[in-house]
Amino acid sequence: MNFRLAAGKLVRAGAIAAAVALPVTSWSADEPLRVGAFLSVTGPAAFLGDPEQKTLEMLVERINATGGVAGRKLQLFVYDDAGDAEKARTFTKRLLEQDKVDFLVGGSTTGATMAAIPLAEQSGTPFISLAGAVGIVEPVRKWVFKTPHTDRMACERIFTDMRERKLTKLALISGTGGFDKSMRAECLKVVGKYGIEIVADESYGAADTDMTAQLTKIKATPGVQAVLNAGFGQGPAIVTRNYRQLGLTPALYQSHGVASKEFVRLSGDAAEGVRLPAPALLVAELLADNDPQKPVVVAYKRDYEARYKSEVSAFGGYAYDGLMLAVDALRRAGSADRARLRDALEGTRGYVGTSGVVNMSNTDHMGLDLSAFRILEVRGGNWVIIR
Amino acid sequence: MGSQALQFLAAGLTSGSIYALVALGFSIVFLASRVINFAQGEFVMIGGMAASSLVSVGMPLAAAMAIAVAIAAAVGLVLEKLAIERASRADVTTLVIITIGASMLLRGIAQIVWGKGIRSLPPISGEQPIAIGGATILPQSLWVLGTTIAIVAALSWFFGRTRLGRAMLATAHNRLAAQLVGIDVKLVLFASFGLAAALGAVAGMLIAPIGFTSYDTGVMLGLKGFAAAILGGIGNFHGAIFGGLLLGLLESLGAGFVSSAYKDAIAFVVLLGVLFVRPDGILGALRSDRV
Repeated sequence: MNFRLAAGKLVRAGAIAAAVALPVTSWSADEPLRVGAFLSVTGPAAFLGDPEQKTLEMLVERINATGGVAGRKLQLFVYDDAGDAEKARTFTKRLLEQDKVDFLVGGSTTGATMAAIPLAEQSGTPFISLAGAVGIVEPVRKWVFKTPHTDRMACERIFTDMRERKLTKLALISGTGGFDKSMRAECLKVVGKYGIEIVADESYGAADTDMTAQLTKIKATPGVQAVLNAGFGQGPAIVTRNYRQLGLTPALYQSHGVASKEFVRLSGDAAEGVRLPAPALLVAELLADNDPQKPVVVAYKRDYEARYKSEVSAFGGYAYDGLMLAVDALRRAGSADRARLRDALEGTRGYVGTSGVVNMSNTDHMGLDLSAFRILEVRGGNWVIIR
Repeated sequence: MGSQALQFLAAGLTSGSIYALVALGFSIVFLASRVINFAQGEFVMIGGMAASSLVSVGMPLAAAMAIAVAIAAAVGLVLEKLAIERASRADVTTLVIITIGASMLLRGIAQIVWGKGIRSLPPISGEQPIAIGGATILPQSLWVLGTTIAIVAALSWFFGRTRLGRAMLATAHNRLAAQLVGIDVKLVLFASFGLAAALGAVAGMLIAPIGFTSYDTGVMLGLKGFAAAILGGIGNFHGAIFGGLLLGLLESLGAGFVSSAYKDAIAFVVLLGVLFVRPDGILGALRSDRV
């Protein structure tokens, strides 16, 4: 039967599709490869799942139009977990037992990913997560991989930049949201390795409209050479504006959480000189012509923006890498056998994706290093790549 | 130390004024109907978002602000007409639940109309900070303080000198007696929603240049305004203003002198403490004498 690839229809048709799923136990070469995805397409994490779903649909269509993977087409099964870990578990079960997928891509949030991990491990199904937490691949699990870089890497990238600028006294200011707290904790874990001392550690509420009190305290702290704001949403823009209002002079770092045009627009002139770590995708056109990532990110950005008329985001890029890593591994494995696919994924070397150049090993199921992040600075209202 | 304290004070008075305006909206509706209108925060959001979107299509700031207030007031009036008035025989709990539903609906509509992005509004008079005694204050903060004072003065004139204002106070004091002397209590309730919505919208437009606005800003500002109203005494206009400023100052002084990690905790511990000692709020609830 001819399944439509439109995921929205699939979600609705999920029950029917599952009911009529062919009871096939061995695949002939003409059978499509079954790709299972569970994403937070709606709900509070929709900003993650929405571009991820669009990216997967676009890629599957394009791969099928150009002959599929080793002669076999891809068939995408997408379910929307709405950011609910319990639903993610249920849908993963359905993908494995009823849709009989060959591998899993998904888990927009860390919660959804964690709920699916036991099922993937038990059934022995390769699972590429799109969520951020270090805990997904540490300790290494046999069947679990992930594409996004971690908060810890963002911290380390900022600290290496500070070290090169000979800045050693850091003041932290972070929000109370999940992203903010996780990044702060990761930064505190690794800061010692870089010889950087934390001299102030302030926080603000997720919906606060004014951070001058916290910044006034930082201003009064002796010896501060740099300030790092671990934050997401409008908070970092308010911090940046308050920073200039109070006339603070130390270097200001923001996190990859606000690596977007929106941050520069909201902060206005106050953003001048702010530095932050960002994946190559966000500065696709600014990359040097000999940058190995340039062709990949420019093409993905162009295709996505042309098709969906909205700005590309790092999150869609995670899904791009998730599917393309599997496609790359499938081509090398020469078969959809789960164990061989898993081994091929672990053997990934020099895969160039939107998040960076991926080199997996049996001790590293993410395979990204610090070069995945570029340090950007705002100059004249635009991003400039510093290093 | 002195200049630091001044900076904390400025921050506290600015956010405190916004809380006070939101708290006034809670009190006005409470006086007219005994209902806590949990959609009050959404009026704050509508004010900020409407003004911001009008400015972004090229309308001058002053005109955009006037229209945004009118839009919010109209939404308030429609809400009263379609939801509250039709359920006028229902008890207070039902009405409160209706306002909670209305707040979700308004937030959902805002998300569809304006999207999920964060928006900004240009400040009324520039962004160049003013240095006062070692502290730096944004011109917009002065606008916030000045507008709040002007609104308090206007409200006190309205409730003390105009027929509608006095009718609202009379209804608050004794609904049946007010009805018997010929006051149209339905009109009073109708007007109270419009007035509360307009106040909320003003608060939303004043804070948007400082703290931005998005479809969900109303949630937290509504909650803070509600806390301020309870702190000062719900239904008491002086209490709303006092409660708002106190809450704002507690937050900024708490963050500045104690710890920013406990900023919100300090404010809410004080709120709980006050309610233990004076369950009607510091200035007492529902004093409907002249403002």
